[in-house]
Amino acid sequence: MSFSSFPCTMRVSVCVSLKQRNLEGYVGFANLPNQVYRKSVKRGFEFTLMVVGESGLGKSTLINSLFLTDLYSKDYPGPSQRIKKTVQVEQSKVLIKEGGVQLTLTIVDTPGFGDAVDNSNCWQPVINYIDSKCEDFLNAESRVNRRSMPDNRVHCCLYFIAPSGHGLKPLDIEFMKRLHDKVNVIPLIAKADTLTPEECQLFKKQIMKEIQEHKIKIYEFPDTEDDDDNKLIRKIKEKMPLAVVGSNVVIEVNGKKVRGRQYPWGVAEVENGEHCDFTVLRNMLIRTHMQDLKDVTNNVHYENYRSKKLAAVTCNGVDTSKTKGQLTKSPLAQMEEERREHVMKMKKMEAEMEQVFEMKVKEKKQKLKDSEAELERRHEQMKRNLEAQYKELEEKRRVFEEEKANWEAQQRILEQQKLDASKTMEKNKKKGKIF
Amino acid sequence: MHDQNCCAANSSHNSSGGSTLLGYIGIDTIIEQMRKKTMKTGFDFNIMVVGHSGLGKSTLVNTLFKSHVSRKSAGWARDEKIPKTVEIKAVSHVIEEGGVKMKLTVVDTPGFGDQINNDNCWEPISKYINEQYEKFLKEEVNITRKKRIPDTRVHCCIYFISPTGHFLRQLDTEFMKRLSHSVNIIPVIAKADTMTLEERQEFKQRVRKELEVSGIEFYPQKEFDEDMEDKSDNDKIREAMPFAVVGSDKEYQVNGKRVLGRKTAWGIVEVENPNHCEFAQLRDFLIRSHLQDLKEVTHNIHYETYRAKRLNENGGLHPISSSDTQESNL
Repeated sequence: MSFSSFPCTMRVSVCVSLKQRNLEGYVGFANLPNQVYRKSVKRGFEFTLMVVGESGLGKSTLINSLFLTDLYSKDYPGPSQRIKKTVQVEQSKVLIKEGGVQLTLTIVDTPGFGDAVDNSNCWQPVINYIDSKCEDFLNAESRVNRRSMPDNRVHCCLYFIAPSGHGLKPLDIEFMKRLHDKVNVIPLIAKADTLTPEECQLFKKQIMKEIQEHKIKIYEFPDTEDDDDNKLIRKIKEKMPLAVVGSNVVIEVNGKKVRGRQYPWGVAEVENGEHCDFTVLRNMLIRTHMQDLKDVTNNVHYENYRSKKLAAVTCNGVDTSKTKGQLTKSPLAQMEEERREHVMKMKKMEAEMEQVFEMKVKEKKQKLKDSEAELERRHEQMKRNLEAQYKELEEKRRVFEEEKANWEAQQRILEQQKLDASKTMEKNKKKGKIF
Repeated sequence: MHDQNCCAANSSHNSSGGSTLLGYIGIDTIIEQMRKKTMKTGFDFNIMVVGHSGLGKSTLVNTLFKSHVSRKSAGWARDEKIPKTVEIKAVSHVIEEGGVKMKLTVVDTPGFGDQINNDNCWEPISKYINEQYEKFLKEEVNITRKKRIPDTRVHCCIYFISPTGHFLRQLDTEFMKRLSHSVNIIPVIAKADTMTLEERQEFKQRVRKELEVSGIEFYPQKEFDEDMEDKSDNDKIREAMPFAVVGSDKEYQVNGKRVLGRKTAWGIVEVENPNHCEFAQLRDFLIRSHLQDLKEVTHNIHYETYRAKRLNENGGLHPISSSDTQESNL
């Protein structure tokens, strides 16, 4: 646990800007480091480690050796045991407790990296993963309720280089170039027991030369104020990239139990400084620089991501000359601007929609009117038809009445005639009888 | 040994089992005559090494023939850049042992499998192999043939498998599938000092199973076993393949002897010690017992397959005479 993140004005030492006052008695704020320590211990720590490399380079074994757990055991085989056709990004969480300190360790593995015949863009899933974690953190930071902010950003990326003995492969160079400004990249030489010490030296020199040639920014160890520490750090820097061997198998050598790999010609000890740089890696990663890795991720890589992201948001659809001035505004003002823009956009959209609505209504009304007129016309026509028919009917009836009247008249005449006829017959009868 | 009884062998029965000779004729001296002839003419052997860079190909070839015969013998800087496409580099040396001269050609393929996109990286290699067959075919088809056709055909292709300890890479299976029918492929596990003995056994089994499943026939191919003796010998070899090898051209002192090996901080890996790696087995197999067989299989089977394909394609080849300026139908 390093206190490098602790503000220096709290140290009881001579600071140039402040006048040192002599205290009359014991106040007690010298106890502050302990309070910070206790609080952090209660909270626990988080650390996310990403391992990238072709399959078969011993990534899972190294993780197991570093943290002395069987993260990938026989019951839950690691991604290396399964053949992958495309690059996947898998994460596994483990809670480790030691000396009262809790560490939530997340290991992100990338099975399938560099295994296909065509490996173009096999780094894309990795980049997407790192960006998505940064975005999650950005969103969590911008929220109103920030009580629980889990830090899932990738703090460190261990890149495994195959021990060819010649130099970096094009894939290695390409990958590191794309990721060195997003995450702390620490290159490692995997399976270092393949190389003899001379070959290892040559290989390391070759790699460092190529890294400098391609301007790849790997993680740099910060210089401390302590001279002794500086010496150690310089020694570590000379050994970069670290050549590691991983193993959790315990073998007995000269009566001592060590972790190592048993060969017919000897035992390669994992924790022996002359055999490989595993102890250097472990000390650096866990014992001294874990906090620094987190800080660099937070202060450098995350801030890069954040400023890029926020600048991109405000650049949408606005003149470039305007954006130059906008970039110097504070984020709050930027957000206000954004909100105003958004509101204006909404209003415009509303007005447009209203217009469209009106137009549609008018159309509909027109249509209705037209159909109404049409209906009226038809109605008139029908009425006229009806009247005409009615008139016809009347005519017919009159004709019929006339006929009836005629016929009746005729009938009466006939009847009259019949009567007359009968009358004359009677008269005739009377007259006849006289005869 | 010529005896005085070189009398006529009166064998009037034509039995298929061969007739018994009544005296010593001297037919067995033909072996001696052949040996003398071979020693005079010497013979060619062409070996191709394929694999990712950094797998120890050149070192292994140097170790096999105990001399600096790889392409790296002719001036090589350690920081040589990886070429952008697969190149074919052939280096020839004449080495002599016990009066027998051998013209050894090592064909190296730098750039294989090293790019980000390795699609079709086997094509230059396939083309090279076919070109050699084509050259030989052209010579054979000539009206006036040379007395001894120079044989540049690849007799053996050693394919180096990365010692990942898990599975074969996709590139490995693709390459071997495509080339196992035109050349003898011998898969070899490179840099075997990366793995402990148990890891080696497991890896070998997995690789063998995968090769079987993919239908890759590596040398010695099962279908070319001529008789039971061959079959049993080859079966034993096939069980042990792919050989896990370590190469080295540096000598160290172990138990008073000078051995080829690699010196690490925890011990010396002896290249020729069968407990450490299988280099000795590979060398015996390749050079001491099956060298001639490799050449024969290449000539009788792979070359004949190529020839038949070519003849069927063109509907017949017309031979050209060296004096004629007429162009052939090839």
